[in-house]
Amino acid sequence: MDITAQTALELGRKIKAKELSAPEVMEAFLAKAESMEERVHSFVTLDREGAMERAKKAQKAIGAGTLQGPLAGVPVALKDNLCTEGMATTCSSRILDGFLPSYTAEAVKKLEAAGAVNMGKTNMDEFAMGSTTETSWYGVTRNPWNPDHVPGGSSGGSCAAVAAGEAPFALGSDTGGSIRQPSSFCGVTGIKPTYGTVSRYGLIAYGSSLDQIGPIAKDVADCVTALELISGHDEKDSTSIARTDTDFTGALQADVKGMRIGLPRDYFGEGLDGEVKEALMEAAAVLEKEGAVIEEFDLGLVKYAIPAYYVIASAEASSNLARFDGVKYGYRTETYEGLHNMYKKTRSEGFGEEVKRRIMLGSFVLSSGYYDAYYLKALRVKALIKQAFDRAFEKYDMILAPAAPTTAPKLGESLSDPLKMYLGDIYTISVNLAGLPGISVPAGRDGKGLPIGMQLIGDCFQEKKIIRGAYAFECATGKQWTADYQRKQTAGKEEA
Amino acid sequence: MANRISDETIEYVGILAKLELSGSEKEKAREDMEKMLDYIDTLNELDTEGVEPMAHVFPANNVFREDVVTNGDAHEAMLGNAPAKKEQSYKVPRTFEG
Repeated sequence: MDITAQTALELGRKIKAKELSAPEVMEAFLAKAESMEERVHSFVTLDREGAMERAKKAQKAIGAGTLQGPLAGVPVALKDNLCTEGMATTCSSRILDGFLPSYTAEAVKKLEAAGAVNMGKTNMDEFAMGSTTETSWYGVTRNPWNPDHVPGGSSGGSCAAVAAGEAPFALGSDTGGSIRQPSSFCGVTGIKPTYGTVSRYGLIAYGSSLDQIGPIAKDVADCVTALELISGHDEKDSTSIARTDTDFTGALQADVKGMRIGLPRDYFGEGLDGEVKEALMEAAAVLEKEGAVIEEFDLGLVKYAIPAYYVIASAEASSNLARFDGVKYGYRTETYEGLHNMYKKTRSEGFGEEVKRRIMLGSFVLSSGYYDAYYLKALRVKALIKQAFDRAFEKYDMILAPAAPTTAPKLGESLSDPLKMYLGDIYTISVNLAGLPGISVPAGRDGKGLPIGMQLIGDCFQEKKIIRGAYAFECATGKQWTADYQRKQTAGKEEA
Repeated sequence: MANRISDETIEYVGILAKLELSGSEKEKAREDMEKMLDYIDTLNELDTEGVEPMAHVFPANNVFREDVVTNGDAHEAMLGNAPAKKEQSYKVPRTFEG
């Protein structure tokens, strides 16, 4: 049995049934990661020693019967913007070089309490600003399906790790599509829950009003199980919502009969790659055959989401990233004259180009004289975008959309023109502005063999509807993961 | 309308952002920002008269709790992260002259 080909739930079941042990499972994933890292580079920190120790400890608790959850003993990879006590947390930035958090993020604590075992920290775009995982100080991550292509971003390391079989599941964060887009590019499943569902305590902030943590896994059931474990109210996050309906696994029903699914015409027009469109139309047909009612509609305001997002996210980033000043943690420039020069030199050397670009833009739109014209204007447009979704969800249970306009671009293609890269987020970004839940599930491949993702978007607090949609699709099409994985393993052997 | 960012504005934004940009970096930053602002100006096509700015999707309320210490002493761990320290404090360049 290839342990790394199993889903997280299968592993959890086998560990519970004593067919496998947690250390045995961890060893298999560490070995796989060690053999894949040269090709993929998903991890910033792969903590072999610590991971084995934690796996042994988990096995003891499982043996003693004190740890019984569905993912007890299963390894997990964590995006490197999630604080982990005593383990390097870099945000893939030079400015956090050497930073060892003194506490662990709430979402990670919840997973650990449920018995999942942290194996290490995954690569990302610096401070989650980017769509390709190419802006990391620690080097690029490559798409496991074709190393000439990007894995997407910013949770590219987490998605690539799952796709490459280096980790059974992972956590990412999504501010403008950073879970859904790389999930689509890597052929894995990723959920961004309703804003406020998962505590942001210990998630290093980028755009606080948009950031949400979510799981990435091989299939829908794994993903939903992990989401259920990390959800819940946390008084340490003032935007955390006290929900009583986070029993998401109950929605794993392959039944969409009578569900109304809207396809926004403005998402399927100009700018959408032909092969992606075709795959999504086929996916819609599958759901229709399963009994859903599919209808096209005009969402509206689509072209305003990206400019509004960049004003809001950059403004929040410029404020959130003010704390990195070379005093309390991380990098400090070597030579300086006085305090302000130390701040400026530290930040200029410690931040990469994209991060500086957004801090500058954010500082500008918040500055006196421009605040009303840019920042408040963007917040007003955000309100209109939310209203457009409200109108859509009066008619539909969920919206079916692409996760990205194309499949994964080649390395180096995106960074030369930032504006063009930003446009790639067109189908994911408005979901963050409106606080909605979204899931991306594998829905086929293009002619080059690169994965295509289908995004299902729900109204606030309606995760269960999109889970049903995604699960029904997955069941109707055969477990995409298994088929893909086997194809890749065979392809790998042929190459060798 | 094409946005033009003056030298003074780029200087000023550099101060707000606490970034030290070289001559060529400043030019690049100016170019990037002008392009972005031109793009952001498309928002002006929308009439937002009377629309309340939405900072948070859900109502954000203050969260209160009793002022009691719940965490342990993380002094060592936190100070251990400092790029420079002296005794039990962060070490920074002189902030006042005199």
